[in-house]
Amino acid sequence: MNKNSSIFFTSLVVLVMAALLFFAGKPIINSMNLGLDLRGGLRVVLQAQEKSGKEVTKDTLQKAVGILRDRVDKLGVKETALYQQGTDRVVVEIAGTSDPEAAVDMLKNTAELEFWDEQGKVLVTGKHLTDAKAQSAGSQSTGEFNVAISFDKVGTKQFADATTANLGKPIAIVLDGKAISAPTVKSAITDGNAVIEGSFTAKEAEELAVLLRSGALPVSLKVIEKRSIGPTLGADSLQKSINAGIVGLIAILVFMLGYYRLPGLVADISLVLYGIVVLGVMALLHSVLTLPGIAGFVLGIGMAVDANVIIYERLKEELRLGKTLVAAIESGYNRAFWTIFDSNITTLITAAVLYFLGTGPIRGFAVTLTIGIIASMAIALYFTKWMLVMFSNFTKNQKLYGI
Amino acid sequence: MHFFIEKRKIFYILSILIILPGLVSLCTKGLNTGIDFKGGSIIQVKIAGNASLADVRSSLKEMKLEKAEVTRSGDEFFIRTNELNQQQTQEVMNDLKTKFKNVEFRSADTVGATIGKELTQKAFLAVFIAALAMLLYITFRFEWKFGVAAVAAELHDILLVLGIFSMFQWEVNSPFIAAMLTIVGYSINDTIVVFDRIRENLKMKRKEDHASLVNRSIMQSLNRSINTVLTCVFALVALLIFGGVSLKYFVVTMLIGFVAGCYSSIFVASPLWYDLHGKE
Repeated sequence: MNKNSSIFFTSLVVLVMAALLFFAGKPIINSMNLGLDLRGGLRVVLQAQEKSGKEVTKDTLQKAVGILRDRVDKLGVKETALYQQGTDRVVVEIAGTSDPEAAVDMLKNTAELEFWDEQGKVLVTGKHLTDAKAQSAGSQSTGEFNVAISFDKVGTKQFADATTANLGKPIAIVLDGKAISAPTVKSAITDGNAVIEGSFTAKEAEELAVLLRSGALPVSLKVIEKRSIGPTLGADSLQKSINAGIVGLIAILVFMLGYYRLPGLVADISLVLYGIVVLGVMALLHSVLTLPGIAGFVLGIGMAVDANVIIYERLKEELRLGKTLVAAIESGYNRAFWTIFDSNITTLITAAVLYFLGTGPIRGFAVTLTIGIIASMAIALYFTKWMLVMFSNFTKNQKLYGI
Repeated sequence: MHFFIEKRKIFYILSILIILPGLVSLCTKGLNTGIDFKGGSIIQVKIAGNASLADVRSSLKEMKLEKAEVTRSGDEFFIRTNELNQQQTQEVMNDLKTKFKNVEFRSADTVGATIGKELTQKAFLAVFIAALAMLLYITFRFEWKFGVAAVAAELHDILLVLGIFSMFQWEVNSPFIAAMLTIVGYSINDTIVVFDRIRENLKMKRKEDHASLVNRSIMQSLNRSINTVLTCVFALVALLIFGGVSLKYFVVTMLIGFVAGCYSSIFVASPLWYDLHGKE
């Protein structure tokens, strides 16, 4: 290739990258999913425990997750992720709600409704409900709400029997072992409709109605891990780590340029490309950017330089042996290839172990590290080499290569 | 003169001297494990103005949280307690808000004891699997003597970092494990670059004894070793200075580990391979 076409192609690459940075930079960053540690939110690990002698199985847990999903949808808790972990755990992640803790506290209720007689004997359970609705209590707007429920056929029969047997006596309405109210039965109720009174607010009544409609969880859930990050800490962390990334990047760019001269410039262009590629791939894969993930990205910049350093040191050696520039680039690359390959594979092994054994943010770190390693290898072995050959057409002055 | 080989015993002793205090500390004081390992709660609040540690402590005492440990970093206060439920956490926050003017909720973590136990097991398992995988890979790509020397250098770096954390009683949480594993990967990475050079020089079959060969290989990869660790140090120091408190120990761990990894690839791994392999 002659000098003019080399200049043309090199300028083209730089222009395309500048355009990418300018036009794609913002959309990429905006489409990035931020982890809870960067945007604020709550992550709770719930341990399923057996309920009234029923063991926790894969089946019951799946059912529980289904019910929880149903509740989340019906309550309109925004940006909530629910998933199973292992065989007996459920993870709930809620981003940015004003009071995520209260939301989780409510969601994890077993919501087992029972009607007890005076002796504490269970008469009817919530299993036989067909509907539950929040409604205003009384004609005047006292601000109090209650929940109207309807039973299915079996429930209607049981409830009719129960109210007939307990005429004039109180029946306790018990939710998860706690009595809500105990109205006295004035007449037998045979139509299968009843009202749960308990001086609820509109919100409480609505929540209870949703819990009853979605049904009782087949397991009881206990919080065993909880991480809640306030919105200000998340925003702070994001801003600070972006600043750190920019400063670190500039330091590395200056160092490479100062130490390796012309190849240093090639390395710098490669590094910018590395940044675009890694962020772009992360956006495409919809991977979540976490705080350790950003640390992994910044560290990745340092490591991405490694391949360049190995190649340029080789290049210098070959030049000192008296080879021509083009021959030196070729043999320098051939010799550096396996070094770069072997050294990167070991880091990939670590990232894989982290991914499979880690959870949450640590996984984010492993993902960025993996994408970073693959991207930096590909860029160093193809793009950087191509740029070096292009640059060698501009000038053969070996002083520019640090000799 | 083959500096790195001839003086290797001095560097072996130096390494032992650096690691020994940490090792003693590990055996006597152990590690200061955080809630991720032993369970409990930690609340982070930002209190603007001039609230002192003593103020916050006395306020917690009134809430009957005498056992709470409070530390601060600038305006940020960290309250470590036994496991609190949501209501108790809320009470602490409400109480602080009445006592101090500008209280801002930053974060609250609670970890149950069972999770802590699991993490400890997982951490050991992860480091073990990673080390084993490296050993296998190097044996496959090089030969077992390289593998053994590399894993010894890796052990050197792990012990050094663990020792320093034990001596200063810095808190160890789950990001620490991630940092340790990164060090394991990086340390091997560094070692492989030198070993790769030794392997290449061995193939050339020059009339040269191993002392000279290993020394020459180290010299040839010295620039690379230093420059790579330098660029990583740039990135890490930037994170340390500008990256905020949450990342501090995560970054410190890697900083120590990376420098140790560079050192050990030159002064531990390569000379050890020389000792394992014999002189001819």
